[in-house]
Amino acid sequence: MAKKKAVGKTGKKTAKKIISPHGVSIVLAGEAGQGIQSIETLLVNVLKKDGFHVFATKEYMSRVRGGVNSTQLRVSQEPVRSYVDRMDIFIPLDGAAFERYKNKITKETAVIGDKTKLAYEKTINIPFNRIASEFGNALFSNTVAAGAVCGILGGSEEALYDYVKSVFARKGDEIVKSNIGAAKSGYEIGRGLKAEKIVDAGPGKKTSTKESLLLAGADAVAIGALAGGCDACFAYPMTPSTGVFTAMAGYASKAGIAVEQVEDEIGVINMALGAWYAGGRALVSTSGGGFALMTEGISLAGIIESPVVVHLAQRPGPATGLPTRTEQGDLNLALYAGHGVFPRIILAPGDTKQAFELSAGAFNLADKYQVPVFVMTDQYFVDTYYDTVDIDASKAEPVRHITETKEGYKRYALTKDGFSPRGIPSFGSGLVCADSDEHDESGRITEDLDGISKKMKDKRFKKFDAVKKAALPPVLTGPKNYTRLVVGWGSVYNTVIEALGLLGDRNTAFLFFPQVYPVPIAAKKYLEKAKTVIAVENNQTGQFADLLSADTGINISQRILKYNGMPFSVEELVRALVKKPGKAAGKRGKNG
Amino acid sequence: MDNIFDYKTDTAWCPGCGNFGLRKIVMSALAELEIKKESLVFVSGIGQAAKAPQYLDVNYFNGLHGRSLPPAAGIKAANPNLTVVVESGDGDMYGEGGNHFIHAIRRNPDITVIVHDNMVYGLTKGQASPTTRKGMKTPIQVNGVFEEPINPLALAISLDASFVARGSVGEMEKTKEIIKAAIKHRGFSLVDVFQACVTFNKLNTHKWFKENTYVIDESHNPRDRQAAFSKALESSPWPLGVFYINENKPVFEEELAPYASGDRKPLYMRARGEGLIKELLSAKK
Repeated sequence: MAKKKAVGKTGKKTAKKIISPHGVSIVLAGEAGQGIQSIETLLVNVLKKDGFHVFATKEYMSRVRGGVNSTQLRVSQEPVRSYVDRMDIFIPLDGAAFERYKNKITKETAVIGDKTKLAYEKTINIPFNRIASEFGNALFSNTVAAGAVCGILGGSEEALYDYVKSVFARKGDEIVKSNIGAAKSGYEIGRGLKAEKIVDAGPGKKTSTKESLLLAGADAVAIGALAGGCDACFAYPMTPSTGVFTAMAGYASKAGIAVEQVEDEIGVINMALGAWYAGGRALVSTSGGGFALMTEGISLAGIIESPVVVHLAQRPGPATGLPTRTEQGDLNLALYAGHGVFPRIILAPGDTKQAFELSAGAFNLADKYQVPVFVMTDQYFVDTYYDTVDIDASKAEPVRHITETKEGYKRYALTKDGFSPRGIPSFGSGLVCADSDEHDESGRITEDLDGISKKMKDKRFKKFDAVKKAALPPVLTGPKNYTRLVVGWGSVYNTVIEALGLLGDRNTAFLFFPQVYPVPIAAKKYLEKAKTVIAVENNQTGQFADLLSADTGINISQRILKYNGMPFSVEELVRALVKKPGKAAGKRGKNG
Repeated sequence: MDNIFDYKTDTAWCPGCGNFGLRKIVMSALAELEIKKESLVFVSGIGQAAKAPQYLDVNYFNGLHGRSLPPAAGIKAANPNLTVVVESGDGDMYGEGGNHFIHAIRRNPDITVIVHDNMVYGLTKGQASPTTRKGMKTPIQVNGVFEEPINPLALAISLDASFVARGSVGEMEKTKEIIKAAIKHRGFSLVDVFQACVTFNKLNTHKWFKENTYVIDESHNPRDRQAAFSKALESSPWPLGVFYINENKPVFEEELAPYASGDRKPLYMRARGEGLIKELLSAKK
């Protein structure tokens, strides 16, 4: 076979047999700027259109060039939605990439690469650069690599070439032709590797994923916000929150969104409050340090009883920490941000469906209860994407809670439940006075300590009741008659579900909290039923477990924690849950 | 005389404070412009000057210290038809809010910013402000201020601000006309207003301002940026009047997507077509 020539074999014909219920895991690694992103995009789109379920997540260094970044792809006949340790196919684009991930190589891993760049003797050689150069440009090596993976996995050639064509169309026919040639070469090599069982990685049968959506956490938050009537978005760029901001800017013209990059996060939150005051529905998107700057603004929202929606994409701190990594470490920050006492709502989607629905709902909750609402994600969540058919646009619609004012209108009129109808300027004949000082019912400054000043504090405190009662209930997955209950929030959702699926333990269930604060009233009865409660959190101390313990009075001493900047993998959760961690043992991630 | 913007209440200002004079000037300007009360919003930060909207019968957003400009822009973003006037002091605007001041000028929302410039901190009792003159002793700057004071007009002109002026409470009629012109101007208008703090600034008194200022005559061309900059650098005496005007700048809210087509309907009156979300989602197939 002609292709054989291009494939420098490893000497022995060592078959890489992969048996897995969860398809194939492919890891691409290389320098920033080397193009792993374009390989990933190409593969994910082609394979999804071709009928496979796909999943992709990336981890990257805080630099624009150099270093080592990687992307994990999973391709399967079943939906795949979480990060795994396993590497069935590993494609390091250079020696540094190989070094960084070599610890994860097992005897099942097929390492594919350009032997001129990799010293690893078992490398299955595909001279990406040389082939690409034959088509006129070494830059096409990414297309060769994508073609090869497609060939190994048994993707359709047609889908591959169609997609390559659509990607390069704007660069002209010549480039399209060369790239299709490069893809074809790669594809044939891949098919050869598969035929000879040199790499035997099968994602299983094709299903129908053609109509399913392929969207990342950031997309789901952004489109969800729009579905909730978001009409303004202010932010200061900060990883990993920028994706949502970028998406909103991209949709601005089509959806009529006032988008502005503000000079700093202090300006961001204050601009958002100004917009809400005048009838807008503004979103701010930020991350740890940026949000820390907003805390006085959150307090302002508290006293002027303004709605505002904050998308807080977490990354490890303190301070600048690990800027491009993931952690669920900012719950306490969101919980306690801002001086003084006032209610707030904290939501934390676990998958893209929830991200869409909760982001939409956040606007209605903020507007209804006149409180700041947080949508908490993290780097892993916003950068992860997979195919889904779960998102239903009709599940979300904006509900406005503003009132037409009359002369003599009082913005902070005392009411039974603490909620005063919210007017906005020029809608009606009343005047709307919002004051960061303690104020009377009409919003005028006051120091009547035992009179209206105290009444205003009590009024705001009353709102806690309604907000708590309205809290979204937790979601139980697994047996109803559990003895062991895993609790989690945010991005651990899919990983816990997959791990428990593999574990198949009939006594263990998973209680997920799409709303973490106020803790829903139902939490307690779920926790009481369990002999053992285990918290799974991507942070160092178990911030949600602390909150849940404090709220329910049930001590959660078993905590599976990971805080090295990487998300949990399915395998490590399986191992941790098999082990039944000892009291307060807190299984830490390998590197954490 | 009755002014419809007058709100009679107990004020927190010292007798003789320049704030009273400026309040009167602002109310007259508003009345003469016949602005509809419901569509007028005052925004302020924190400080003695920032309390000004509390003593007016207007819509107001009295926000955080130093943070009057971001909400003002946010208000214009949500409803470009509102007339927005920011009123705050020199510490709030040029100190705590300095970064916003610079960037609001660049952003150029159609707002009017009136800065009570009394060259001292009043509410916190007499510390130096960013415009305190060199050498003034205070309870904190015990050996006298050594830092160069901010020159807000020169700074604004260097940023090509849309409208830059200085008034003085000692020149009521002139200052009223400046404020009227500023409100009518489309774009970011800065009106820095000299006024005395009778309690904490014993150097820059009513009398001092009177003796150390002069009104710019008609020979000055406010469209000449170089000339405006030279005027802004003048001191002892300090010029009063309109220094600089540049009408040819894009206005923040008009650049925003919802209003780019010229439709100025406020955000709260808009609804999205039902199909849009479906369309955005199906683009992800």
